[in-house]
Amino acid sequence: MILQHIADGILSGAIVALGAIGLSFTMKMLRFANFSHSELLTWGAYSALVFVAFFSSFGGIFDLTFGPFSFGPGLILAMLCACVATAIIALLLHRFVFARLSRAAGHMTMVFASFGVALILRHLVVLIWGSDPIYYSRELQFAILLPGNVRVLPDQVFLLGLTVVVVIALHLFMTRSRTGIAMRGVAESPDLARASGVNVDRIITWVWVIGASGAAIGGVLYGMTVQLRPELGFSLILPLFAAAILGGTGSLYGAVLGGLIVGLSENLSVMIIPTTYKPAVPFLLILAILYFRPEGIFGVRDT
Amino acid sequence: MIGLVSYIVFFLILSLIFGVAVLGLNLQWGFTGLFNAGVAGFSAIGAYTMAILTGPARDAVFGGFELPFVVGLIGAMIASGIGAVFVGLATLKLRHEYLAVATFGIAVTIQLVCLNWEYLTGGTLGLIGIPNPSKAWVDGPLAQNTLYLLVVLVVVGLSFAALERIVKSPWGRMLKAIREDDVAAASLGKSPERVRLEAFVLGCMLMGLSGALYVSFIGYVSPWDFLPILTFQIWTMLIVGGSANNRGALLGALIVWGVWTMSGFVISRVVPAEIQAQGGAMQAVLIGLILVAMLLIRPRGLIGEELHVSRHARS
Repeated sequence: MILQHIADGILSGAIVALGAIGLSFTMKMLRFANFSHSELLTWGAYSALVFVAFFSSFGGIFDLTFGPFSFGPGLILAMLCACVATAIIALLLHRFVFARLSRAAGHMTMVFASFGVALILRHLVVLIWGSDPIYYSRELQFAILLPGNVRVLPDQVFLLGLTVVVVIALHLFMTRSRTGIAMRGVAESPDLARASGVNVDRIITWVWVIGASGAAIGGVLYGMTVQLRPELGFSLILPLFAAAILGGTGSLYGAVLGGLIVGLSENLSVMIIPTTYKPAVPFLLILAILYFRPEGIFGVRDT
Repeated sequence: MIGLVSYIVFFLILSLIFGVAVLGLNLQWGFTGLFNAGVAGFSAIGAYTMAILTGPARDAVFGGFELPFVVGLIGAMIASGIGAVFVGLATLKLRHEYLAVATFGIAVTIQLVCLNWEYLTGGTLGLIGIPNPSKAWVDGPLAQNTLYLLVVLVVVGLSFAALERIVKSPWGRMLKAIREDDVAAASLGKSPERVRLEAFVLGCMLMGLSGALYVSFIGYVSPWDFLPILTFQIWTMLIVGGSANNRGALLGALIVWGVWTMSGFVISRVVPAEIQAQGGAMQAVLIGLILVAMLLIRPRGLIGEELHVSRHARS
């Protein structure tokens, strides 16, 4: 039983990690808590739904599914398109809301605005797609039995594999590319980075693109392994914040580790508390980490 | 004509009840700079306390003491205040967005408790049959609602007068000093931690009062009335009206609740029946748009803070 909880915890933690990377970066580099970030997961998931329908209308190879998985090339392409679509949404929000506010007023105004943006984004999903749960595919899957009587679906194995690939790719980007290194510089000190010739506006664009793409992939994976519903992102607000704060804002590995800790503790918590109280677990983690180590596990204390 | 009058009375009752919570938030954010994103949670504490203290006795659920209305109101404020002391002690050393995340989480947790602790809260069904004091005095819905409006007006008037006095008192000036620069305030021998906690608790008591007035008016309490969207609505009211101005807080409550109910009315008339279920989503989008537009166009609100210069500095 405990092994199954651990497996489920890692799987849901992977989705939280993908969403938390962007939230953590915006908290550190744009210096505001973006309550609308989780809605980007919802929009990623639902926009992929549109692209899935689009590609499957071509038939041919788009009707195929890969071996034991529930999806085929159509969903993979749709996921990439969803990343682009979600990044465009995030950049539009930045351009027309957050960037204007950050110049005009303090960063708390941006937090209020993110409340409003979250309301708009979430309820637009209800207006466009309705509030009933939707699935990408009705394909049946057979669970794989792992040692220790742990059952996982092939799609869940894909989820974990893709998350690892994304994290490795981001790691290489952050450590090897000039843009990635500049991004870390902006996280440390925007003024110093600007003085060293870094184009901070371009880096901020990158932060949104990476954050939105991570959110879109997380949303699609959630839709693939659970279901699509308008509260998909909203129900992840606290887990995402918990992961970002736990890991220390601005840290890639922190967000990933934070996501895993959140996923594991949520799923292991059902062994000691009633399942109905599970959504409160991330909140308790936030309180604990803010009390004992406000800068997070990998974070650097702001001076 | 009577229909319109009843509707206006009904509208005023609800918007003024929200106004009480907005006044509480204004004390916290407007004057003290405390970002409380858990308004719905503290309203819920007040609402359930009212239901337990004044509601009828029932099997298998705690409470039903059938106490008088005023005892219920005071009890609701005390319960929210006690909740706020614990929450404040645990979170008030956090600044700004961390405080927002923590209080948001508290509201989610309180809503979960309301939903699941059936012995105390009646679970998903909530608690019904909460007496409305005006029903004991007069007959007919319009007369009852008018009487209840008077009760609400008295409560709002008292809260408003008290807050105006408070923020103009030395303690009120200290709030603003801490909001602007708590290190400077501390260097003058003030205790920012203590004053922040006091302002937080007072504000949360008003939120509890608002919740109590609400359940007594509609006659039941359910966990679905205290979702995070309530917090966002109250925040929008404060931002639209203008934070750090008690008149602005009440004005914002009237305007935003007016937009909410009028848009609901228009949607129910204009939108085809098969997508009526989505009407609530349209209202929520509208509230979000108002909040964002207000922040972009007029961030200080319709009537924002009046700037004061010390009378000692002026001469």
